[in-house]
Amino acid sequence: MSGFWNAYIWLLTLGTLGGCLWLLQAMTTKRKQPGPVEDTTGHSWDGDLEEFNNPLPRWWLTLFWITGIFMIVYLVIYPGLGNFAGVMGWNQVSQYEAERAAAEERYGDVFAAFAARPVAELATDPDALRVGRNLFLNNCAGCHGSDGGGARGYPNLTDGAWLYGGSPETIVQTITYGRNGVMPALGAALGEGGIDEVIAYLRALPRLQAAAPAGTASTAQTLTAPETAGQQKFQTFCIACHGMDAHGNQALGAPNLTDNDWLHGRTDADIRSVILDGRANHMPAHEELLTPDRIHVLAAYVLSLAAEGGS
Amino acid sequence: MKHETIEKSAGLLGVLTAVAISIGGLAEIVPLMMSRESVEPTPGVLPYTAEQLEGRDIYVREGCYVCHSQMIRPFRAETERYGHYSLAGEAVYDRPFQFGSKRTGPDLARVGKRYSDEWHRAHLVNPRDLVPESNMPGFPWLTAAQVDASLTPLKMQRLRAIGVPYTDEDIAGASARVEGKTEMDVLVAYLQGLGTAVRGR
Repeated sequence: MSGFWNAYIWLLTLGTLGGCLWLLQAMTTKRKQPGPVEDTTGHSWDGDLEEFNNPLPRWWLTLFWITGIFMIVYLVIYPGLGNFAGVMGWNQVSQYEAERAAAEERYGDVFAAFAARPVAELATDPDALRVGRNLFLNNCAGCHGSDGGGARGYPNLTDGAWLYGGSPETIVQTITYGRNGVMPALGAALGEGGIDEVIAYLRALPRLQAAAPAGTASTAQTLTAPETAGQQKFQTFCIACHGMDAHGNQALGAPNLTDNDWLHGRTDADIRSVILDGRANHMPAHEELLTPDRIHVLAAYVLSLAAEGGS
Repeated sequence: MKHETIEKSAGLLGVLTAVAISIGGLAEIVPLMMSRESVEPTPGVLPYTAEQLEGRDIYVREGCYVCHSQMIRPFRAETERYGHYSLAGEAVYDRPFQFGSKRTGPDLARVGKRYSDEWHRAHLVNPRDLVPESNMPGFPWLTAAQVDASLTPLKMQRLRAIGVPYTDEDIAGASARVEGKTEMDVLVAYLQGLGTAVRGR
């Protein structure tokens, strides 16, 4: 703050303070004496109703003086006068830093102890999970739900089906750096009939899985004509990400299409919309928001959700 | 001067009352208007783009500020949840600011980039699709309503007149940037820019 504005604040503040105290002094009249009261305002109503002009009661007057003294003490201790920082050097940023430091002292050891143990072990530790649950509710529940059950387009974390993998390391990586899942729009490439055929093939997948172990070929004889057409289109457009057997690819975040777990809805209309328009799913990175030891505990909580849901 | 003199002259009493109640503002507000840290933007804070500006008007029109504040106070309980406390230099292009004073919903000062665009669209249409416990109303009409692009350059000119550094190119290209956009598009653009200049805790 420049010298002028510094002086301006000093002048206004001390001027007001002095003015208040002067006013208090100047308006104080002598103590009321016992005996008949002579001093009235001179007003008279209804013939004989008059108004005393008494001094302020002493206890009340004393309170005013105390506020004046409080003002002076306050301005000496706290920053109120321009650039003067106050004798205690208090400010809200240093108060905040002190609050952070006190919390770090209190919780730092707790998180350090958690950080020294593997995520998988913490996933069964009630203390770690209590901390993890708070972190989850503050940072994850908006999309994944307060119970981790997810929402349409936002993965369910309790069902054991992982887009990018469910190992502790992968979960930590997903939370830290985020994920971008991209399903391209294939409406133009497949055409209206083509989408129907692909959906027919997707619907046949569980049947094929039951008939033949995953990964083995030559299932064509069990498919209807539209399903066969859909299979051909699938093998042209979809296998690059979802794989030959439609089991998905965790390196790309491409979902398994054979498990009856549909991220964007399970009806034909839902699946059609995904193929037609594509999807761009974004899991935000949390490396700037959460420290590594917090992500460590959070990953354990996420892991426990899946264990709970899977059992 | 006896107090009767003041009390018996309504005009003088009015003038002196105005002087007395102005002093607090003169000492606390006027110097801030001259202080660099409160009138210069924090590094990374830019004037709103045409979309964000229109989105901000939707935010004000729909009364988002009634339930959402945009002011993270310097307390650990707030920064743990919302991120770094708000800085004066982040609000220099907010006219008027959207600090708010009521948190029925969470603070939005740093909501930018915390969720995906798709999340905001689905959530604004019906919050309960994503957050079953939410008591926020849905705003489904935003997806259908088109922004009036003809007014955008005028808004930017007015803001430039009171100090927002829009260039002639910004204003000339403003209509084209919001033309054909829905109110949902511009509101999401506004939300995704909130508080992104300062990261971390």
